[in-house]
Amino acid sequence: MREINIHPILQFSHGKELKFIFDGKTVKAYEGETVAMALYRSGIDIFSESPKLHRPRGMFCAIGKCSSCMMRVNGIPNIRTCILPVREEMVVEKHEGFGKLPDYIEKFAEPFEINKEVAIIGSGPAGLSAAITFKEFGIKALIIEENPQLGGQLIKQTHKFFGSEKEKAGTRGFEIAQDLIKNIENSSIDYITNSTAFAIDENKIGVFRDNQYMKIYTKYLLIATGAAEKMIPFPGNDIPGVFGAGAAQTLMNVFGIKPGRSILMIGAGNVGLIVSYQLLQAGIEVKAVVEAMPTIGGYFVHAAKLRRFGVPILTSTTIKEVRGNLRVEKAITISIDKKFKEIPGTEIKWNVDTVCLSTGLIPSVNLLAQAGCKLKYVTSLGGFVPVRNKDFQTTNKNIFVAGDVIGIEEASTAILEGHIAALAILEKMGLKTKKLKMESIKNLNNLRGSPFSKKIIEGLKEVECE
Amino acid sequence: MSNYLKYGYLEVKDVVSFPSLKIITKHPVVVSECIQEIPCNPCVTSCQFQAISMEGINGIPVINFEKCTGCGKCVSICPGLALFLVGIKGKKGLVTLPFEMLPVPLKGEKVYLLDRKGKEIGQGDVLRVIFPDKSTKSAVITVTFDNIELIKSVRNIRSLK
Repeated sequence: MREINIHPILQFSHGKELKFIFDGKTVKAYEGETVAMALYRSGIDIFSESPKLHRPRGMFCAIGKCSSCMMRVNGIPNIRTCILPVREEMVVEKHEGFGKLPDYIEKFAEPFEINKEVAIIGSGPAGLSAAITFKEFGIKALIIEENPQLGGQLIKQTHKFFGSEKEKAGTRGFEIAQDLIKNIENSSIDYITNSTAFAIDENKIGVFRDNQYMKIYTKYLLIATGAAEKMIPFPGNDIPGVFGAGAAQTLMNVFGIKPGRSILMIGAGNVGLIVSYQLLQAGIEVKAVVEAMPTIGGYFVHAAKLRRFGVPILTSTTIKEVRGNLRVEKAITISIDKKFKEIPGTEIKWNVDTVCLSTGLIPSVNLLAQAGCKLKYVTSLGGFVPVRNKDFQTTNKNIFVAGDVIGIEEASTAILEGHIAALAILEKMGLKTKKLKMESIKNLNNLRGSPFSKKIIEGLKEVECE
Repeated sequence: MSNYLKYGYLEVKDVVSFPSLKIITKHPVVVSECIQEIPCNPCVTSCQFQAISMEGINGIPVINFEKCTGCGKCVSICPGLALFLVGIKGKKGLVTLPFEMLPVPLKGEKVYLLDRKGKEIGQGDVLRVIFPDKSTKSAVITVTFDNIELIKSVRNIRSLK
């Protein structure tokens, strides 16, 4: 019922049909799809109930970062269903309250150990690019990815990328991802998907996949865990149908599912503008994009693309409230003055079933914090980020970082950072990579030459150590 | 310059560099609506006639209308969909634009002409449709229309259906 049948850029192919049980009813799914996607595809918005006020809750980020889609699966509570692939006959139940462990849990499989010289956590553009660099120098790294597929958020970017020929400018993001993934698969680089790295203890990483606990021993570790969408406070922000803009992108561009019929986008940065345009491409109505700042934050060309299709962009406007019973039914926006104070009487009521938030991203630093790497709060980089040197080495000497986890930027910069971090690790291993590394650092600085990168550069100075 | 960052579109008067009538009656040439310093240069590297130049990768594209042959390669590669061909053929205006939506209008089809705000400003005929990427239905479409003045404002189209 929420299927995207035709699309100007993408073609969707489905795996074989599976069936699973949701609250006693049979739900159809496709092999390779996650539980949350299959439920949403068949029209189910509500995944849980809030513990105290019993408010309905749906998913929010759809990429395994938040806890909004947690459900009870085969008796086990608090399972992130947005990254859990459907299996035949799986039993899924709506979550109520905090969830209780069943009296009997099937015994966990015996833990096993893996020894690897290098491990990479996260397979987005930074992680994949690093793995390929290691391969080029004869080192086989192990990639650990918690989503069912490799590629991170690059697989859902249908727009053509900026940059120069070196960064494959003019190529669509998902096509860049396909090339990187093909390279990984063809060169038999080891990777494990559906695998969550949950702790780091000196040279050991704890990883879970299904009921299998793995201890991965490694000399060097590259953390490229990306970022998560920010939630902002307003009444009704927990009503099903309020999504991160990235979740809408996952639904429509990865799984071919319409996130809604009619959408209001909050935030006119690049993410908000790009996702709004992609919603139009998926055949969905975008009522407006609202932006609290007095000017559009993303690239003007992205705004112009959207305006040409008649979508208004309202600057100095913010979301006041979202209303709805079991799903978003209305959104109310209001104009704000220079001091961001609401101007009474300027409310606009929008009849929408979906509100997408693109109000910024937060680096996913949880593992770095747990591992004891020093972090610093830098507003222009998106929040807490690791302190690190020019080689992307953290204060924990064996842990390196790359991509959005060290500051919110672009896929093109993430690819270069992954490459540089890998070269730096290779250098530590005694290989001659310094010249190549210096060249790549120069390329990275060139990419940051635009006025848009000024604040980022200032921010990066704050976290760079010797 | 008008307040394009407040509203998200340019006014006709903001398009600083527009080719002369003499040039565009010979053959169409490219006009750029890429006005911000962003790290992007495939228009420069894709042009085999060196008709587009830029200072570094973060510069703003500058078109040499004398060198541009109107081949349209840059229109199809521009990630920002910010390049258009404009021309005058006989007594008709002509605009070539990137189009990434469905349905893609067919050659010979009548379409609404839209301006930078998506407002209908007339009707035109689809003269040519090409699909530069083999893997997608993303198109580059040329439309013609009677009111020559509209070459300055037609930046999108919509099927009449």
